[in-house]
Amino acid sequence: MTPLQIIFLITAVVTLGSALMVVTTRNLVHAALWLIVTLFGVAVYYVLLNAGFLAVAQVVIYIGAIAILVIFAVMMTRRLVGESGPQVNKIWWLAALLAVVLFASMVAVLSTWSGFTTPAPVPVEDPLVMLGQALVDPQGYLLPFELASVLLLAALVGAIMIAWDRKDVGGE
Amino acid sequence: MPFISDPINYIADWLTTVLAGWGLSAALIAVILNLLGVVILASFVLIVDILLVWVERKVVARLQDRLGPNRLGPFGLIQPVADIIKLLIKENITPVGANKLVYNLAPILALATVLLLWAVIPLGPQVLGSDLNVGILYIVSVGAVSTLGIIIAGWSSNNKYALLGAFRSVATMISFEVPMVLVLLIPTILARTMGINSIVESQSIWYIAVAPLAALIFLICIQAELGRAPFDLTEAESEIVAGFHIEYTGMKFGLFYAGELLHALTFGALFACLFLGGWRGWGAESIPLLGVGYLFLKAFIIYFVIMWVKYSMPRIRIDQMLNFAWKILTPLALALLIITAVMSKLLENPDMPASLDGMAVIAYFVMNLVVVAVTVLILRKYARKERKRVAEPRPVAVSPEPPATEIS
Repeated sequence: MTPLQIIFLITAVVTLGSALMVVTTRNLVHAALWLIVTLFGVAVYYVLLNAGFLAVAQVVIYIGAIAILVIFAVMMTRRLVGESGPQVNKIWWLAALLAVVLFASMVAVLSTWSGFTTPAPVPVEDPLVMLGQALVDPQGYLLPFELASVLLLAALVGAIMIAWDRKDVGGE
Repeated sequence: MPFISDPINYIADWLTTVLAGWGLSAALIAVILNLLGVVILASFVLIVDILLVWVERKVVARLQDRLGPNRLGPFGLIQPVADIIKLLIKENITPVGANKLVYNLAPILALATVLLLWAVIPLGPQVLGSDLNVGILYIVSVGAVSTLGIIIAGWSSNNKYALLGAFRSVATMISFEVPMVLVLLIPTILARTMGINSIVESQSIWYIAVAPLAALIFLICIQAELGRAPFDLTEAESEIVAGFHIEYTGMKFGLFYAGELLHALTFGALFACLFLGGWRGWGAESIPLLGVGYLFLKAFIIYFVIMWVKYSMPRIRIDQMLNFAWKILTPLALALLIITAVMSKLLENPDMPASLDGMAVIAYFVMNLVVVAVTVLILRKYARKERKRVAEPRPVAVSPEPPATEIS
């Protein structure tokens, strides 16, 4: 077993274990912190796959923005909800069945995939440069990239519109 | 490879041959060497941190016309050791109702995130933790995690002052992160890479000459990210006692304190790498150890500037601080980024895009001066308007409400 495989296995155990803790722990802040551990585990996978940019973007967006937002929202709630009461509702068996079926079908599909046995291609040049060029290349992902930018801009304008303190309505 | 000029790589090579002689596989040797490197780098930085306690206390004493620590050892150099012993033997208090796990996790996160930053800072030409090609983004992401350390410290203490301090701190950090990220893109554009070592390597002319305004904005943002005066609302003693670390005692407080000091030096090193040429200096190419010396010299100069500002400026109000971040620094950084991007395309040398000739440097410098002039003009206009508004006579008392009997 190579050291890389050992790192992979440790990360897998940590990621899955913390993901399990997210849904089973009763304290909401603890759940948010476990979620951060899970997201970190995913970032480690990106590093193992030689996708450094994706790994860092994962940490910036999911931990730096989303997890902090979640923690803020939990802290703002007056009392920690979920300290009492059942953790599952009546149709938990349906969810479990769906999860098992999905997992089984994914295993079935992936078992015939040839990617496991063929070695990963080594990038000839800096993958970051290739990604940057693909994002602004008309043959590549220029249109989706610009559309996503416009969508984010619209979200930004919308947020400002909601928070705008209109003087004429008598906001003062 | 001579031992004197480059001991770190020399020892690494020697260890590789010794371990290979024991019959270990190459992959295992790489793992062992990497682990050793992490331990050595982290320990080295933490030992420098002990020295920083002395530096900080001595410099603040000199700025306030005092002597500072001078009893233990020559120039009081053993004072930090006494400080550490004192912190270690203090009682560790966990407040009632505190969330124990999170409460103990927060100081570790606060110090660990600072140590993580050193992974990408090149100490010398060949002496660096990791030559990440997304170094700049890595720094931003680690900064995001350090925000997390503060917020959970404030929340888990079960203290309203701590929570208020944490909220203020997060508001500051998130606001000033925006202009900081924008300004970090300027060296990236100039060097055509996000790797910090590559940015250092392409600085045949220090970027502080090419982008002085960006350097200034970065320095201001550093000050705010560190929560140091004039942006130390997060621990305003007169309002919220000590901010997010109010409940921490002993070495747990010590970790926050050490983290804060080291963070300042780390940002100094980062500033040196981005704008002052990092390890570059006379003879650093051939003798890597000299490069390490140059980097720390530059980092300590910036560290001194940070302290200098901290101990000479009064605290500003939180609304002033947020206005400053969002209404001045962010638009300025955005304008600067756009102009720099356009100029760097116009002045590009197609053969070597990352290199700058003399004419380009002068052009960038003049552009910075023009941006400064425009900013000052706009701010003067605003200040004039604001002065007029404040000078207007206002009624001393508001007209009284009608008596309650009239309403009913």
